[in-house]
Amino acid sequence: METTAAGYRGVWARLRRNPMGMIGLIMLVVAIGVAVLAPWISPYDPHAVTRVNILDIYQPPSPAHWFGTDDAGRDVLSNFLYGARVSLTVGFFASFISVTVGGLIGISAGFLGGRTEGILMRFTDIMLVIPDLPLAVVIVALTKPSLTNIILVIGLLGWTGTARLVRAQTLSVKQRKFVVRARAIGAGNSYIIRRHIFPLVLPLIVVNTVLVISLAILNESTLSFLGLGDPATLSWGQMLNYAFTRGAMSAGAWWALVVPGFGIVWVVLSCTLLGQGLEQALNPRLTTHHLAADRTLKNLPRWELEPTPVEQAGNV
Amino acid sequence: MMTEVTPHAHKQPLLEVKRLSVDYVDPSQPPAQALRDLTFTLHRGEALGVVGESGCGKSTLMLALMRLLPAAGRIVGGSVRLDDIELLALSEREMAALRWKRLAMIFQGAMNALNPVRTVGDQIAEAIRLHEDASDARALDRRVGELLDLVGIAASRRNQYPFQYSGGMRQRAMIAMALACSPDIVIADEPTTALDVMIQAQILQLLADLRRQLNLSILLVTHDLGIVAELCDRVLVMYGGALAEYAGVDAIYNAPAHPYTQELLKAFPDPTRPLQRLASIPGSPPRLNDLPPGCRFAPRCPQVFDRCHLTPPRVYAITSDHLASCFLVETQQTRGARHE
Amino acid sequence: MHRSSYLAGKLGWAAFTILFVIVLNFFLFRILPGDPARAGIRDPRLTAQAQQAIRERFGLDQPVINCFESLNPLTLGNCAVNPLDTQFFIYASNLLRGELGISYHTNRPVLDILGERLWNTLLLIGAGQVLAIVLGMAVGVLAAWKAHTPVDYTALGFSLLAWSLPTFWLGIILLFWGSTYLGLPIGGKVTPGMVYANSWEQLADLARHLFLPSLTYTIVFLGEYMLIMRSTLVDVLSEDYILTAKAKGLTHFQILKDHALKNAMLPMVTIIALNLGFTVAGAVQIESVFSWPGLGGAIFEAVNRRDYPMLQGAFLLLAISVIVANLIADLLYGYLDPRVQAD
Ligand SMILES: Nc1ncnc2c1ncn2[C@@H]1O[C@H](COP(=O)(O)OP(=O)(O)O)[C@@H](O)[C@H]1O
Ligand code: SF4
Ligand SMILES: [Mg+2]
Repeated sequence: METTAAGYRGVWARLRRNPMGMIGLIMLVVAIGVAVLAPWISPYDPHAVTRVNILDIYQPPSPAHWFGTDDAGRDVLSNFLYGARVSLTVGFFASFISVTVGGLIGISAGFLGGRTEGILMRFTDIMLVIPDLPLAVVIVALTKPSLTNIILVIGLLGWTGTARLVRAQTLSVKQRKFVVRARAIGAGNSYIIRRHIFPLVLPLIVVNTVLVISLAILNESTLSFLGLGDPATLSWGQMLNYAFTRGAMSAGAWWALVVPGFGIVWVVLSCTLLGQGLEQALNPRLTTHHLAADRTLKNLPRWELEPTPVEQAGNV
Repeated sequence: MMTEVTPHAHKQPLLEVKRLSVDYVDPSQPPAQALRDLTFTLHRGEALGVVGESGCGKSTLMLALMRLLPAAGRIVGGSVRLDDIELLALSEREMAALRWKRLAMIFQGAMNALNPVRTVGDQIAEAIRLHEDASDARALDRRVGELLDLVGIAASRRNQYPFQYSGGMRQRAMIAMALACSPDIVIADEPTTALDVMIQAQILQLLADLRRQLNLSILLVTHDLGIVAELCDRVLVMYGGALAEYAGVDAIYNAPAHPYTQELLKAFPDPTRPLQRLASIPGSPPRLNDLPPGCRFAPRCPQVFDRCHLTPPRVYAITSDHLASCFLVETQQTRGARHE
Repeated sequence: MHRSSYLAGKLGWAAFTILFVIVLNFFLFRILPGDPARAGIRDPRLTAQAQQAIRERFGLDQPVINCFESLNPLTLGNCAVNPLDTQFFIYASNLLRGELGISYHTNRPVLDILGERLWNTLLLIGAGQVLAIVLGMAVGVLAAWKAHTPVDYTALGFSLLAWSLPTFWLGIILLFWGSTYLGLPIGGKVTPGMVYANSWEQLADLARHLFLPSLTYTIVFLGEYMLIMRSTLVDVLSEDYILTAKAKGLTHFQILKDHALKNAMLPMVTIIALNLGFTVAGAVQIESVFSWPGLGGAIFEAVNRRDYPMLQGAFLLLAISVIVANLIADLLYGYLDPRVQAD
């Protein structure tokens, strides 16, 4: 992986030519745009205090409510647009925590080696094997289900994958000549990590972050769906929780079930595509193999299959 | 001028390769011309050494002969005849039936050439089962034992996995596997790279012994001229995907006509001590998607002159079986002719 | 590596991890505000006797561990307490006797409830995972073999989409569709109050209930297994021994069957094991949506009913199941990889 400015331009050039990566990037930009502009583009204010009118509940889509109304007669479209804010906030902050913790643990383990590495990786292995969604459910259920708690819990449970990746990358970077040389001339650990290791691990961390964001958003929506969302906010997961537990199914109110899920899929898919595209742009790898389409003889003109007369002998 | 006559000259060759050309295509670049107009023959019982630096197209040639080129590789011209069969005209199914039965291959870097999760004996038996009648399990088992015995591996180790073998033993097992169907031709692509010196010598000795014992025809790829001197009858020197010189071993060592051959020999001054590499040729082989307009060797050739930069030299025959692709040959011949 | 030492290592590690989970489970529920013991003695659903029983069962008059009255590190206390009297020891010995407490909601022993539910979860995961693994690997093999062709791109697109679907949402949509248009049951494992004429009818009823949840499972995991199989197999097919196999004259089919698949299975086993956490997360979501009476559904119900003993027990059992499943995967790996088998 190149870390020079030219190298990064090369990555960008490759990403631009990568359809998956570009579709993902555009989708993500759209999602962020919606989250930022929600107050201006929402037809209704979801925070406005209104009395619930029985007649407004689960109204099908209409010109007044493009995506219909929910169990409390609120406009699904407005809730949906505002919901982008919650999902993205949780996604970004939680993944920031995960990637920081995972990155620190991975770099320390990989760089310091020895006993530190043993202990850190054993700990990572344990955390990896404990199913994190049930653990998150337990912790959030036992504490107050606030947005901060949700971010902390998702962030602090989601670092294991990053730690393993970063450690592997650090181990390989550590073998590079200039790192070995820097160590040989007695450069300090933190200097070597800052100057030599981190820049080479960073691209991997970036790719990984995009994927961690999508995982965090999925986890947030799941926790909210299970009834552990922050009651003060209305995330997509919570919208689904309310719809599902408050009779949207029997009322046939498909809009209240479909629309919020669509938001989650949009954001998660955008990160997934962008992650894939980034990875391919950073590591352009030839992925053919020995059984790949056999076209050995494709260009062979028929006439050349006839034995050609030897005319190579010169002036004999 | 030397005149040699090979004993096979009158017979029909076993393998006849004519003007074989291979490209590696890459959508974002012009194709790399990895092999151009390569012509040579191999007779029954003959050992032909193929030499040249890394990247000269030796492996490409071997893979093209077996039609095993990677997906990017295209045979863009030429003919490969095995007896009377035109290999390039066969269907994939016909070609598969012929592989290993008639053309077997020992790969470069044989460390991973054996499947790690199947026993060595099983992998040898598989080749036999595929191409021969192997309904008699006992006979098959005996044959596998004999093959291992032939290459100096205790038959009792047939049920072990490749990781239980040393590097040299793995390459021996590979040789045993190559011999499993008594092929007409054994292609060995740098069979000893990645082995230590002692083991290298043993493996080459084994190949030499087997050749005598079984009257094998061998195509031996190496960039080590010392090995060639010991093992081969004739030598094909390749440069930049094309023929540089093609002659008997004696001619190559005693009267090399192509400057590239001469430089290679300087790099290996003593054929009996091949690893004593004294000088290597400055510069590196040409980029195959950006070949020089004239002679491929011109940018590095110590004897280069004006004409070399303009057009590529043809292949000239010094004698009926000493060919070289260099303008110097032509000049000498014309001068010689004028003197007569 | 000797097979026996490999085995011993894996067993020891699993035992250690289980111990860790047991300790974690105790402290989690004591540190965090929702401590089931203290919540229990205030829970209005419980009679005075029941609350007294809880106090005794958890040893709530005793310090949490030696030297600490509670888990607030400032409440340093008596270190001379008999360790056997601490809350942790009482918890551990209760656990050893299989006593996980009484569910607040049903007043039945947690272990009895979870014991029944474990089988339902295994049934659901089994049906969904087996399908997902078999189908995913089949499509993955096809995609790898035909890498960079339309077949491959289609499979890749499907996988990325499936991966991005929230499991519970896919479940909701399938449930909505199935119950509205196919007349499938809206949840549970059996039709309540139904009387079966014979066991075939009973089985058919079970199948009707199992269909949608396991379909959800299959779709969610299919894409993932396909992606893993594809990339693993592409790596394997790039190995030298595949070229050897081709040179030997094997057909593509023979090469895939006899040379590539077993080598690809090794990383597959590891990765399937690493993904068990997701499997369990999937179970929690699917069982919640389909009211499937399994361990994952138990977690959902326990959360909503503030039934802490159930929550604690269900979490413990889920975590231990994952560890055991991981152990099984490790042992399977040892069986598949000759480098472990032989000595
Ligand atoms: N799969 C491939 N795709 C593109 N170019 C290749 C491929 N394999 C080899 N080449 C190029 O073909 C040339 C000849 O390679 P090779 O036949 O391996 O040479 P040798 O065996 O003499 O070292 C090299 O320049 C190499 O870069
Ligand atoms: S043709 Fe010219 S450049 Fe080429 S080898 Fe001969 S002398 Fe050298
Ligand atoms: Mg080579």
